Amino acid sequence: MPVLFGPTGSKADLVVRGARVLDAGEGVDATLDVRVDGGVITALGERLDANTHRVIEADGLVLAPAFVDPHVHLRTPGREDEEDLGSGTRAAAAGGYCAILGMPNTDPVIDSAALLGDLIERAEAEAEVPVGFLAAITKRQDGGELTEMVELAERGAAGFTDDGKPVVAPSLMRRALQYHAAAGRTIALHCEDPTLSRGGHMHEGPVSAELGFGGYPSVAESVMVGRDLSLAAYEQQPLHLMHLSARESVDELRRRQAEGVQATAEVTPHHLVLTDDAVRSLDPNVKMNPPLRAEPDRAALVDALRDGTIAAVATDHAPHARHEKEVPFEGAPFGVTGLETAFAVLHTRLVEPGVLSLETLLERMSAGPAAIYGLEPPRIATGAPANLVLLDLGRTWTVQEDAFRSKSTNSWLLGATLTGRVALTVADGRVAFEL
Amino acid sequence: MAEIHSLVRDELLPPGRPPRRHLISIAGLTRDDVERLLTLAREFARAGEREVKKLPTLRGRTVVNLFYEASTRTSSSFELAAKRLSADVMSIKSTGSAVDKGESLKDTALTIGAYDPDVVVIRHPEIGAPNLVARFTCAHVVNAGDGKHQHPTQALLDLFTIEEEVGPAQGLHVAIVGDVLHSRVARSNIQAFRLMGARVTLVGPPPLIPRGIEAMGCEVSYSIDAIKDADVVYVLRMQRERMLEGANYVPSLREYTARWGVTPERLRPGQKVMHPGPMNRGVEIDPVVADAADALIERQVRSGLVVRMAVLYDLLTHDPVEVAVRAIEEVA
Repeated sequence: MPVLFGPTGSKADLVVRGARVLDAGEGVDATLDVRVDGGVITALGERLDANTHRVIEADGLVLAPAFVDPHVHLRTPGREDEEDLGSGTRAAAAGGYCAILGMPNTDPVIDSAALLGDLIERAEAEAEVPVGFLAAITKRQDGGELTEMVELAERGAAGFTDDGKPVVAPSLMRRALQYHAAAGRTIALHCEDPTLSRGGHMHEGPVSAELGFGGYPSVAESVMVGRDLSLAAYEQQPLHLMHLSARESVDELRRRQAEGVQATAEVTPHHLVLTDDAVRSLDPNVKMNPPLRAEPDRAALVDALRDGTIAAVATDHAPHARHEKEVPFEGAPFGVTGLETAFAVLHTRLVEPGVLSLETLLERMSAGPAAIYGLEPPRIATGAPANLVLLDLGRTWTVQEDAFRSKSTNSWLLGATLTGRVALTVADGRVAFEL
Repeated sequence: MAEIHSLVRDELLPPGRPPRRHLISIAGLTRDDVERLLTLAREFARAGEREVKKLPTLRGRTVVNLFYEASTRTSSSFELAAKRLSADVMSIKSTGSAVDKGESLKDTALTIGAYDPDVVVIRHPEIGAPNLVARFTCAHVVNAGDGKHQHPTQALLDLFTIEEEVGPAQGLHVAIVGDVLHSRVARSNIQAFRLMGARVTLVGPPPLIPRGIEAMGCEVSYSIDAIKDADVVYVLRMQRERMLEGANYVPSLREYTARWGVTPERLRPGQKVMHPGPMNRGVEIDPVVADAADALIERQVRSGLVVRMAVLYDLLTHDPVEVAVRAIEEVA
């Protein structure tokens, strides 16, 4: 049963010549040519015959398995003014992604096979790269009744989540963990105790104390992480923790993994790079849920990504209409965009300073997230579908509002200068983006 | 006072004008800025002793007061301060304006900006509102209170009051008592008092003292006994209107008053008492304390006028302080 849906039709014939081909999973790190025939990698080698294929000269560039984003808000159906399947997947292609997963907190919520089916048909008509959809855990995401998970899985749901909200009642969370095993898809959790985060606009700590914002403390996340990992251990079921932000959550996850709980986790670029200090700008584009936390939290997230406790980078790309973010910080909705800047910002802020290796970053943006949802990992090997990203690591560029493919521009990186840029994306055998 | 926020787009300004200055947070001020403003305020206080109190200094300038929250003393003193300096003043309250029809702050700012005001004074329930107005108008922006964030002119008038009535802030010990969590006055005052060299102790029930606030350079005590060795006891209002329903910050006002109310028995003779108003008499402050000779509460209100004159004057002129003092003296 496929869970990714996207463009169909003719696939590419091309030769990428002279790039540093880097796929740690396949044990490849060498300057090679890569040939693609009909969208499938057919040869890796030196001075490959191009025949009539298009040749992409890639001297000095890095060719890697394309990225997979396990956490994107495509705002469709309901808020197509903010993003639609075309614009969201074009943004993904520009960011080097060959597959993305959309969240179900749309209007209406994706909680039935009929709604999911409509969305899949739209993806087949509009998407520029393959896209999968998570369905809700509970109907209307209101935490009351489970969705028909088996039917949703049969219609193509890539997983289940009430993202944007936690599953508040422990009894229902337990039932969801039990029942989702019958559907055979990943269950992904937004961990937040709403009674502890209520009224919070940013991380609770010295910065919120000084600025006067209501605090959203780390424990609002970590107590829910603790609860959900306890339930997963008891039920012996796997689960996936979304967008972790707090050191305590990471500690709890690491402890439970060591005990054998099958828990995975993801982290966003903004939580890896920024701290709550950024909120001093009062810029609504640094307002997100979970909030930016303190330096020890950020450092713990980087460590966990490095050692694999956290297996995936997820953008939590959350487009918002301009007028909704052009308000005082307190009145602004949570969420920032990220698809088009994720690799560049992590390369600039973590890889270049030597905090994270390029190989690790590439793995956590590609095979790592793919494995969490049971997707075929992008790889550079003969016989594999061509899911490739060509990276110009030396290229410096400035993030500009009018250059986004996304319909929304609520990026925390507006005006920032980054080093490292996606030059070409091949998704499922098609050239989806060229700089 | 050059708090040019990252959101502020100075390219909106016509070429040739100096960069705009705003007063959004005490955090944007230096000690020199505060001393200059207090010196100016003293000059305006002297000028105010004359029979004719109006000065022509800001003739032809326009000040817009934009108030999205209830206010008596702040709005009236900004209005009077502008009038005393001969500026044209327009006061807009959110009720009865287009805000009632759902107009966004951005659109209100653009509308007011179309009149090309020199200063916009804004009070708003949300943190960051003054920054937004600074972004969408070409005016100098004065923050008259944004949510729980800042109320910088209150802190300046409190410093002015202390310097006039008690002495230099350097080395003084100020105890700030009560609902610090919901208080923009507390945040501005901690910064202002620390900037000028005072020691600050926060006193109140633990849930109303924000976690991590010691990083602002103050001490924290949960016992009312900690006010004993303070030179000034600064009492905060219990801000019931800002408290989340059912949040249980304190079990009851009765218990709050019993444990943390500022009463005559808890004060030493000669300790000065301040309160930013409006007071909840009998809750955070005993009426006897509020009306006693050592209370500086009315004095604070009087300081508000001259300090706000100083702020408007300073934002709209670029005179060094000696030039400004001479100008005020000459008119007087």
